[in-house]
Amino acid sequence: MLSGGFVALVTVAYFGLLFGVARWGDARADAGRSIINANVYALSLAVYCTSWTFFGSVGRATSGGLSFLTIYLGPTLMLLCVGVVIKMIRIAKAQRITSIADFIAARYGKSPLLAGLVTVIAVIGVVPYIALQLKAVAASLDILFPDSGTAAGLLGVDSTLLVAAVLALFTILFGTRHLDATERHEGMVAAIAVESVVKLVAFCAVGLFVTYGIHNGFADVFARATAQPTLAGLFAPDAARAGNWAALILLSGLAILLLPRQFQIIVVENVDESHLKRAVWLFPLYLLLINIFVLPLAASGLTDPRLAGHNPDTFVLTLPLAHGAEALVLLAFVGGLSAATGMVIVETIALSTMVCNDLAMPALLRSTWLARRQNADLSGTLIAIRRVAIVLILLLGYIYFRAAGEAYALVGIGLISFAAVAQFAPALFGGMYWKQGTRAGALAGLLAGFVVWAYTLLLPSFARSGWIGNGFVEHGLFGIEWLRAQALFGLSGFDEISHCLWWSLFANLGAYVLVSLISTPDAVEAGQAERFVDVFRHGERAPDARLWRGDASLPEITGLLERFLGPARARQQLAAHARMRGLADWRSLPPDAGFVHFAETELAAAIGSASARALMAGVTREEDLRLEEVLDILDEASQVRAYSRELESKQRALEAATNELRAANERLREVDRMKDDFISTVTHELRTPLTSIRALSEMLYDDPRLELEQRTRFLGVIVSETERLTRLINQVLDMAKLESGRAEWTTGEVDVGQVVNEAMVALEPLFREKKVSLTHAIAADLPSVLADRDRLTQVVVNLLSNAVKFVSGGSGQVRVSVVRDDAVLRVAVADNGPGLTAEECTQVFEKFRQGGNTMTDKPQGTGLGLPISRQIVEYFGGKLWVESAPGAGATFVFTVPLPAPDA
Amino acid sequence: MSKKILIVDDEPNIVMSLEFLMKKEGFEVATATDGEQALAQVAAFSPDLLLLDVMMPKKSGFEVCEALRADPAQGGLLIVMLTAKGRETEVAKGLAIGADAYVTKPFSTKDLVARVRQMLGLA
Amino acid sequence: MKRSGPTRQRLTAVALAALPLLTFPLLGLPQGEWLSFPAGLVYLFGVWGGAIALAAWIAERPGR
Repeated sequence: MLSGGFVALVTVAYFGLLFGVARWGDARADAGRSIINANVYALSLAVYCTSWTFFGSVGRATSGGLSFLTIYLGPTLMLLCVGVVIKMIRIAKAQRITSIADFIAARYGKSPLLAGLVTVIAVIGVVPYIALQLKAVAASLDILFPDSGTAAGLLGVDSTLLVAAVLALFTILFGTRHLDATERHEGMVAAIAVESVVKLVAFCAVGLFVTYGIHNGFADVFARATAQPTLAGLFAPDAARAGNWAALILLSGLAILLLPRQFQIIVVENVDESHLKRAVWLFPLYLLLINIFVLPLAASGLTDPRLAGHNPDTFVLTLPLAHGAEALVLLAFVGGLSAATGMVIVETIALSTMVCNDLAMPALLRSTWLARRQNADLSGTLIAIRRVAIVLILLLGYIYFRAAGEAYALVGIGLISFAAVAQFAPALFGGMYWKQGTRAGALAGLLAGFVVWAYTLLLPSFARSGWIGNGFVEHGLFGIEWLRAQALFGLSGFDEISHCLWWSLFANLGAYVLVSLISTPDAVEAGQAERFVDVFRHGERAPDARLWRGDASLPEITGLLERFLGPARARQQLAAHARMRGLADWRSLPPDAGFVHFAETELAAAIGSASARALMAGVTREEDLRLEEVLDILDEASQVRAYSRELESKQRALEAATNELRAANERLREVDRMKDDFISTVTHELRTPLTSIRALSEMLYDDPRLELEQRTRFLGVIVSETERLTRLINQVLDMAKLESGRAEWTTGEVDVGQVVNEAMVALEPLFREKKVSLTHAIAADLPSVLADRDRLTQVVVNLLSNAVKFVSGGSGQVRVSVVRDDAVLRVAVADNGPGLTAEECTQVFEKFRQGGNTMTDKPQGTGLGLPISRQIVEYFGGKLWVESAPGAGATFVFTVPLPAPDA
Repeated sequence: MSKKILIVDDEPNIVMSLEFLMKKEGFEVATATDGEQALAQVAAFSPDLLLLDVMMPKKSGFEVCEALRADPAQGGLLIVMLTAKGRETEVAKGLAIGADAYVTKPFSTKDLVARVRQMLGLA
Repeated sequence: MKRSGPTRQRLTAVALAALPLLTFPLLGLPQGEWLSFPAGLVYLFGVWGGAIALAAWIAERPGR
């Protein structure tokens, strides 16, 4: 048997460990080395799993079968919608949001009324949930010490009260160190992450013990359970409860974001958006792991005769206890304690912030007390208010726990709380995505939803506890049948949670949308709507300064900041703001719209946006902007944005067009330069023969008595130069025609072998004259190709005359071959001339680049033969190139594609 | 003592006609068909005047002209550039690097002879 | 995570795909026993675990 002293010791040691972790986390945060990484963030989300999960899941499984899983499936699906979560985080950071009440109030024009309403709903909905945690701790103490009873407890004090007091102390120490609530509680988050690990380990340890220690694994547990007809149904999804199933998934999906503690952890405590990437799967994985052993535990508990008559909610403790595993009992106790304390701490911090900022502050601002203490530093007061709120909330929870005891009102409170916070959904999500949603709409929706929730869920739970008459549940209010609280308008066939959810969300959403559509927002609201809905577009930019107009004085505003933030922190923030605006001294800050916005945001971080706005309105003489003006400005702003986007895209298009033009111009210039070069070269080539012709003609003309031999020689040169001139002109014209595509082609079937033969016959005299041998190898049975016969002949003649030109007389050899190579005919003209360098191999195909430039005897060519030949070959779809190396002769090769077989 | 003229051109027909023309006028003539030969001939033949084609293999007329102008021993040498490219820039370039005259092909034989005589102080 | 990045859209797509798989009427399909375990239980944990694994793969892929 565990001794009370030992359990107390373990409990104190465990709390000590949490203190240590939290203090270490805070110290590291103060030193600027945050210990909050993606894993810690993801684990801290598991504050979702309270003692209601730790003990209650098994209990729910014994009655509802698999449906307990919906509570964890909903959050899994909701977190996957990361876009929504990131938008919430962005908005909260931009607006220095401190709580869910602040979030909703800020969206609808920083309305104190709305903030107060959300706070009241949250407190009413969640305080019983806190009570449930205290009850779980008390219940587990009862099991550990069955004889003493909770009232006696440890050290003569009610142990539950003791636990509540310790929790309050812990919460105060680590929840209200700083005033600025967006100054995150990193130590607390770290402690919560540790608690998450502890409760997971504890639960899985019990699960493993039961599954593998008492039984022989999962299959054994399930076999035993399904053997009992009453239990078999627990393991199959029950289609008759389809509506409830979907409702619970929706409800838990909303709760993961809307429960004050979840909003605190996910949104307010988020250090870095990118941590979500881990949380999006690690947190669901955590949920999956903590649920694996729920059904085995439920089945074991129900089939174990030793646990007959025990409350299934305590199976996690009673199962190991009944089998004498005391260490495990202690571990399970610590796990349950972890689950309860984690929830209580975060929930209390979140609620106390809301109570302080949205209930206490507005009252304080209206009271004369504040006015009398004109210049006092109020930051201490604010912290005191929060601490009192923490104590009060825990006290409320304790009182509720004492009052409700074993009553249904406590047992069923988990889902009832979920349904309460689900009422925030229309106003919150509507506000994030729908600019037309108004404050009046949000108020109407929240009120309608809250009333329906209270009537269909909260009050019936009171009735079942016997605190009030249950007539309105049984027979309907005033005996009106269709007002029966859990079968409103005759809707039946659902459990009370689904029934409440559908009706309350229907009333809530309906009122929100309807009232929003018939009401008009005021100027502040319209501005905030813009900032919320378009938060990604506004980004980190300063808000539209034109949305505020008026007079403000620097000393008054800085005085306000000093009073509510404390002088040290106020100066620190002022200096940071001045630096951001490029000013050395904050005293030289201009009291303009930007400064007013900065001050209001700083105040909002401390006391909530609604109170901050009220305070600022007191020290600035703000001109009221009419709604039309605001809408104009916003409209203009969005128009300007639209324009600038349009401008941006036009600019991009223009840039692209400019680049294209530049490239086209470059090409034109290149073409122009080439044409210039061409003309210049042609001119040169024309002038050269003309020079000889003119000089020789003039000399013949001037000197009639020239010797006959001399005359004949001159006239011979004149004739050959004239021929050269003619050839050149013809080829230039030919080239021009080919290049411009105006050449005439008569395409027909051509026998390439025959063409080569004819060309060889035609040039035979030239070869004979220079004593160059000309041989050929023409493959037999070559298919004919589609080409222009004369043009093809021109190419072959050109290549042959080139070859004969470059080989040396006497020893020169030229060999022509025609072969079929795949789908082309390949004609090669090989010589044993001086060969070409790699550079020359490409140059010879350029216009007027004659081969053999380095040779002293200049060949008589126009420099256009090869370019023309290449044009012709390419026209037929073939290629012309040269393979050569200096001293190794040259082989000019061209191909002509064969007609496609099916053509 | 007759003046000596060196004719440099890569077109054999032009060399031939200029050689005939200048010999008929009583000058002593030597020829070269590329830039390198031209420089060698200047050293061996020490002409008074150079008829120098611009577009030539191995060394262009411009390069030959520059090399000669850089040589103090050839200070008195007269250079007439012959070019088939009649562009202004070519003319300017030729004169800038020290040619004494610039004649565009095709040229009038009479004008060329008159020009050469005048430059050599024989007119 | 960039705004409207592909990662966000893919994760949302996982949620949209998992929702019908985790609710009725599809949830009513698994009946009897699979591998000597209750079919509904295996199915629920299977789909749930699958969605988590997919989300982890999408969210943790490098280069993003």
